[in-house]
Amino acid sequence: MRRIPLTLAALSVIAFSVFPVYWMVVTAFKPTRDIQADTPQFLPLHPTLDHFETAIASEGFGLFWRNSLLVSLGAVLLSLVVALLAAFAVARMRWRGRKAFILMVFIAQMAPWEALLIPMFIIARDTGMLDKLSMLTLIYFISTLPFTIVTLRGFLAAIPEELEEAAQMDGASRAAAFRKVVLPLLAPGLMSTSLFGFITAWNEFAFANALIIKNQDDRTLPVWLSSFSNVFGTDWGATMAAATLFMLPVLLIFLILQRRVTSGIIAGAVKG
Amino acid sequence: MVTQAPERPVPVAAPPPPRRRPGAGALWPYLLVVPTVAGTAYLLFYPLIRSVVISFQHFRTGELIRGGAAFVGLENYHDALGSAEFWAVVRRTLVWTAVNVVLIMILSTLVALMVARLGKRLRLAVLGGLVLTWATPVLAATTIFQWLFQSKLGVVNWLLTSVGLSRFDGYTWFADGTATFAIMVLLVVWQSVPFAALTLYAGLTTIPQELFEAARIDGATGRQVFRDVTFPMLRPLFGLITSLEIIWVFKCFAQIWAISQGGPDGATTTLPVYAYQVAQSLHKYDLGSAISTLTVLILLVVLIPHLRRMYRHEGEGR
Repeated sequence: MRRIPLTLAALSVIAFSVFPVYWMVVTAFKPTRDIQADTPQFLPLHPTLDHFETAIASEGFGLFWRNSLLVSLGAVLLSLVVALLAAFAVARMRWRGRKAFILMVFIAQMAPWEALLIPMFIIARDTGMLDKLSMLTLIYFISTLPFTIVTLRGFLAAIPEELEEAAQMDGASRAAAFRKVVLPLLAPGLMSTSLFGFITAWNEFAFANALIIKNQDDRTLPVWLSSFSNVFGTDWGATMAAATLFMLPVLLIFLILQRRVTSGIIAGAVKG
Repeated sequence: MVTQAPERPVPVAAPPPPRRRPGAGALWPYLLVVPTVAGTAYLLFYPLIRSVVISFQHFRTGELIRGGAAFVGLENYHDALGSAEFWAVVRRTLVWTAVNVVLIMILSTLVALMVARLGKRLRLAVLGGLVLTWATPVLAATTIFQWLFQSKLGVVNWLLTSVGLSRFDGYTWFADGTATFAIMVLLVVWQSVPFAALTLYAGLTTIPQELFEAARIDGATGRQVFRDVTFPMLRPLFGLITSLEIIWVFKCFAQIWAISQGGPDGATTTLPVYAYQVAQSLHKYDLGSAISTLTVLILLVVLIPHLRRMYRHEGEGR
């Protein structure tokens, strides 16, 4: 009997956390007639794909999807390559200035990005980078870089150096030893950092909103979604379909990373 | 803007291995970090410095187009600190941060304690729900909440009306300052609880069961167990999460801008929103930069006790 309040509490937590997302998906699948019913229908009794068609067919949807994808992938790739080089230098080499470099990365990780909206706008304007996707790519690259370096360095440090040395003794060059021995072991680390970086870039709103002003074709999905009432008016079905399509890749990534997410939290939390 | 991504623990700076070929490869590490240093310098430190410099200049539309901004000393700071509006925004930001962080910490602690007591199946269901919420992109969430609280067709108004609160029939939430503020709080709490709760739960699982058993044998009540065992064990974790939540809530921008742009009537204008409004809508880039700088300073002041505690903890731990 004592477990009843506990179970009720658990069920209400589940309801509160799941309902908004559930409501988005259900609305997206309901015909407009059901959406506008006086009594909300909590199950999609007449499921339809109409709203998804409306959303996909709406002005520029494909374009903004492509923009978001390009910017996010570009930022992730750039950050992965640059971070891998830096992480290698930090984890495997001894050099003067190494400590200062690590400190710089930590500072960059805590940087107040939101306070940079104004200067970034001015710098972008001065250098002709305003309304350019490449500017957004650079900003997402640099804002995910510190996290990527710190994480990859952790992964690298966990790979015993003897493995590389053994390969080098067998006659491989240092680069070849790294490519053939370390890189495969590093794959899970590369995978999870790049997926987290991708989510960060995919979701970013403030800079995309501030730096893409005149050239509306260069907008990204979050900015486009924020102006849904201009696009869909009061068509809530289409709006929710668009939101669902926007959320889909992130959800997939979370499913892929599920195990890593939980173990990452545990590992991170214990360290405090 | 960085998502609340869990971070891998950083192994305490393991002593780097001795250099194998002195001389020959001495330049390599520097070449490897050049891209990082250059990128960070140009895209982070330069804008930061530029922002501070602009805050000491007269920098409006004219200067934006023609250049040649003149230095005006502390004038912008004088203007900001001298306006009643600024202080109203500061007060609102502090209230906003306090309300959100207190709610987040209380709720996530309760959820974490609850999850620890659940059976396996229900526990997985709750954790799954939390992860789903956590995975919801900010802009998807803002859109969903606007739909939930929509005046005519919104499910919240239907619910409130059907339990007898007939004044919510067709109530327009986003026309009222307090109501919009409340929805923003609800949204931010909804989005933030999963990270805090999951992390606290992970911390809870590391406390040795023997401690709880010993306390129970000594006849401690549930509340005493929490006060004397759980909380002390998790204190560093509480400190860390509280600081992170303060930072995230204080500088929260996207949610507010996407839903209300600081309105109605400035009811949801917090410092980051205010700085952006002043710069982009009024074209007072100088004043906006001064407000940004003040925002960062205020955040630092708010965080000092936490940073200090963390620093002390760090000193003890290592």
